[in-house]
Amino acid sequence: MKSNELLPHLFRTEYRKIVSVLCYLFGIEYIEIAEDIASDTFLAAAEMWGMKGLPENPTAWLYTVAKNKTKNYLKHNQLFAQKISQEINQSTYQKEEIEIDLSVKNINDSQLAMIFVVCNPCISEEAQIGLALNLLCGFGVDEIANAFLTTKEVIYKRLQRAKGKLKTQKIKIQQPTCAEINDRLPNVLTTLYLLFNEGYYSNSQNKILRKNFCLEAMRLNYLLVENEITNQPSANALLSLMCFHSSRFDARTNEKDEMILYEDQDEKLWNFELIEKGIFYLNNASKNSVLTKYHIEAGIAFCHTQKEDTPKKWNSILQLYNQLLQIEYSPVIALNRTYALAKANGKQVAIIEAEKLNLINNRFYYSLLGNLYTDLDNTKALHHFQTALTLANSNAEKTTITEKIDKLAANSEKNNS
Amino acid sequence: MKEFMMLFRNEKMEGGEMPSAEQMQAVMSQWQNWIGNIAAQGNYAGTNRLGSEGKTLKPGNVSIDGPYAEVKEMVGGYLIVKANTLDDAIEMAKSCPNLLYGGSVEVRSVLSMDADTTSATFLVEK
Repeated sequence: MKSNELLPHLFRTEYRKIVSVLCYLFGIEYIEIAEDIASDTFLAAAEMWGMKGLPENPTAWLYTVAKNKTKNYLKHNQLFAQKISQEINQSTYQKEEIEIDLSVKNINDSQLAMIFVVCNPCISEEAQIGLALNLLCGFGVDEIANAFLTTKEVIYKRLQRAKGKLKTQKIKIQQPTCAEINDRLPNVLTTLYLLFNEGYYSNSQNKILRKNFCLEAMRLNYLLVENEITNQPSANALLSLMCFHSSRFDARTNEKDEMILYEDQDEKLWNFELIEKGIFYLNNASKNSVLTKYHIEAGIAFCHTQKEDTPKKWNSILQLYNQLLQIEYSPVIALNRTYALAKANGKQVAIIEAEKLNLINNRFYYSLLGNLYTDLDNTKALHHFQTALTLANSNAEKTTITEKIDKLAANSEKNNS
Repeated sequence: MKEFMMLFRNEKMEGGEMPSAEQMQAVMSQWQNWIGNIAAQGNYAGTNRLGSEGKTLKPGNVSIDGPYAEVKEMVGGYLIVKANTLDDAIEMAKSCPNLLYGGSVEVRSVLSMDADTTSATFLVEK
């Protein structure tokens, strides 16, 4: 790697580790100090490496500097040092050297503790995702603003408010206990799921950024699976789901960043290594009889890794959606289920059920109806697609729907001539 | 929205041919599709099948083997749905696969605990 690429790369991988270890050491009250020390470390690297060239072991250099800066800070802030030392060594009151442990184990423990801190239901979901991106994944305020299609100021305020809330709630930064896992893990998984979705469905133009969000969500999920206490079936199922979805990342858009629908994708661009990983984690997830919505979604995603268009495949998918709806209802799931019903049992049957859904405020509802009526009643199909177009809120969507409208118009011309 | 329970009854099977795995799967799919239709509209509230073994207890320390002592029918399971009226719930029940197999569907409203009634009764008794 070129020297001017190395530092940004190391920032992405090491900043969050240093911040996590220091937060774990200091506690939530002093999160800004942790961030400052971590930032200063990288500033120092930028200055020194620019002048003196790359050190032999850049990562070790960063860790040494971070440790020194922390020790200096503690030396010049006695009260602060005493407070922390009291918390760590409850028996001793001596001014023992506080160990800044940047071993692999402590880094992993710190990051795990920080995941549970950040994914706390006391702050809003978008704040959880924002903090996760910032503290756990090393993304800057600019990048986060880009992904959420908003301004730096909005994101900055959101993060500040969230940190403030965590402080007033005096959230402890600690390893989650077994009891807490059952309570809090679902929330953590939801945040990771939403984070992955941001990358997968974001309307931001920055394709590389979006892919990185997905990879980060998977990396954090992987941390959970690697840790004994959090290695639960649900965590494995979610990771499996993410693997299956990301296997198609490269095939989903073309060079012009236009969306390519599943049936038009080039299978050769699918990542089969990721599919294999997905299968591995799904098997892990199924070792006892726990069944979560992630299991079912992963099962559906697995069906989609085989491109054949048979009623048998679609019936498997339909049955999975039937089960999913019993665990959790959402309009999107209902719509996807109806699509699978059409593929498995024919459009006529599906239209009857689709009309009953009555999801009049949902833009995807009209796209589905348009799809179902195509070739059965093209006037109705056109009408529904036109409604969908007025409700579409991204260029990619508008393009897809317009193509369908054009196709219908062309067909009707052919029929009339 | 209120809740309604459907009870599915079938005649107990006295032997005869066991359906093949494929037939079983087809029947299962039918059931799951029917429940899925209801769930897709957001009206699903719970379901379970009931095991065919069991006992029926009666007063005087009488206990009889099986759930189907005197009647030839047994309850095979239930489904709870959300609907505005009993008529709406009955409408949902009309497409139940059990009706294709000679079974029946009983539709009843689920009564909820009414705070007013309980406290009123308490006061009256005092």
